Amino acid sequence: MNDLRDLYQEVILDHNKQPRNFRILPQPTHHADGVNPLCGDRISVFLDIEDDIIQDISFQGAGCAISSASASLMTEALKGKPVDEVEHLFEAFHTVVTTNAECPKGLGKLSVLAGVRNYPSRVKCATLAWHAVRAALEHEKQPVATE
Amino acid sequence: MSALPPLTTASAGNTKLDLTRIRAEFPILRQRIHGKPLVYLDNAASVQKPNAVIDAISDCYRNYYANIHRGVHLLSERSTIAYEGTREKVRALLNAASIREIIFTRGTTESINLVASSFGGSTIKIGDEIVITGMEHHSNIVPWQLLCERTGAVLKVVPFSDAGELILEEYQRLLNSGRVKLAAFVHISNALGTINPVNTMIDLARARGIPTLIDGAQAVAHLTVDVRALNCDFYAFSGHKLYGPSGVGVLYGKQALLEAMPPYQGGGDMISVVTFEKTEYADLPNKFEAGTPNIAGVIGLGAALDWLNHLGLDAVAAHEQQLLEDATAQLLAIPGLSIMGTARDKTALVAFTLHGIHPHDIGTILDREGIAIRAGHHCAQPVMQRYGVPATARASFAVYNTRDEVEALVKSIWKVKELFA
Ligand SMILES: Cc1ncc(COP(=O)(O)O)c(C=O)c1O
Repeated sequence: MNDLRDLYQEVILDHNKQPRNFRILPQPTHHADGVNPLCGDRISVFLDIEDDIIQDISFQGAGCAISSASASLMTEALKGKPVDEVEHLFEAFHTVVTTNAECPKGLGKLSVLAGVRNYPSRVKCATLAWHAVRAALEHEKQPVATE
Repeated sequence: MSALPPLTTASAGNTKLDLTRIRAEFPILRQRIHGKPLVYLDNAASVQKPNAVIDAISDCYRNYYANIHRGVHLLSERSTIAYEGTREKVRALLNAASIREIIFTRGTTESINLVASSFGGSTIKIGDEIVITGMEHHSNIVPWQLLCERTGAVLKVVPFSDAGELILEEYQRLLNSGRVKLAAFVHISNALGTINPVNTMIDLARARGIPTLIDGAQAVAHLTVDVRALNCDFYAFSGHKLYGPSGVGVLYGKQALLEAMPPYQGGGDMISVVTFEKTEYADLPNKFEAGTPNIAGVIGLGAALDWLNHLGLDAVAAHEQQLLEDATAQLLAIPGLSIMGTARDKTALVAFTLHGIHPHDIGTILDREGIAIRAGHHCAQPVMQRYGVPATARASFAVYNTRDEVEALVKSIWKVKELFA
């Protein structure tokens, strides 16, 4: 059970139980769905962007603890950030969940998901919300799949 | 096969399987996963292979492999005999009238696509209807949707109850439209475990002159299938769920229908004479087996059938039903656990959800305990939609599973709850 605690850290369990920014924005400037075909999980993300700043961000949908917590943590991390920072943060996050590299600075709470690197089949869960946000920023109409 | 020692022992009048001996025949089961003994409960997705099958494939490649149906040399003759030997074994398994009715394919999926393309493409027209059920695997949905797109035919879906039983009145109502050209349904649902009343369903269709296709992917390893008693027109299954190798499957079809159908794919082996003006097709079953098939795979399937015959399907089914009973009772004692699919007639699988915990997380945690289950939509998304869940966790049993493994499963689910408490 011990190594499972590396994956299911308290912060993750907490965000899974009480996801932050878990709501629909009534008039988002950007919006997209992400689907994980492996398990059928679907997450919708909503963004309110003004002056190239993410003024507000939220998500909805049903997912596993990893995808829900990741989405919740992501919304916290991105709120108030300039749009250009999304790609940087995503790359840093992706590196952390897929490689053994050290956690880059500036990742903050997102680094609690580093345990995912030992569970390759769960990487897609951790990145689902991120893919949806990137799709929203590219104004994609189709729901993005993680495959 | 007569050299094999018996795997069953007669005790108190009924036959009991010797599980220790059976498990010893599956080399993969000996390993540890994350330091724990492997408990393999993903058998509805694919079952593990006994030595008999592994050895038969290896023997073919080591000792007599060659292409079939074409050489005059000895190896080709030996491969052809072994390959065709499996066809006879499959005929016997299904009690088909003739080996001409047994077509080798890549699996259930290809068998169904063959019928959709060849039978469907030549007989189904705009406005016709195809009846399927709400509990089909995607492989018995999508080929018909593609056919409907091509032809303008319409798909009709038989609903099922909360328990996971088909609503036969609805089935009859759909059959009565006068436009139904085919009824295609699953014998045993991989998502719910329901054993459908295929006998009745085939009779109801036949009474209206409607041909039937049965998806038997989950059935052949768990119950006796007699296509002549059933009187279905097509029956499809996969070798890999029957202790055989992956990449080989079977389509049974009634001879008259298969003869009337155009070929599915063109190529070598399916012709008798080719000129650039005209090609004459080979007789059944070769007409539907274009190209070099999965020779060693078919031979491995033959070994699997011998192995299963040796155990006896009745003894296998009785053992699996015991596991199902145990698992159901113990799982239902876990607060917050709901079982999806509670049909009276059910095969040995349990699909379940845990309140507040996603099946994917259950799957990962169980894996760390050495337990392999399936978590997801089981290629049956409409079933998930019917119950309003994104996914379920599924434990499915095979002949080599034990009551201790059921207990290990249940214990680990308690651990999942602890972790998420
Ligand atoms: C009921 C059912 N039908 C069809 C299939 C498809 O079988 P295959 O993937 O071997 O073609 C499966 C396998 O998961 C199944 O369970």
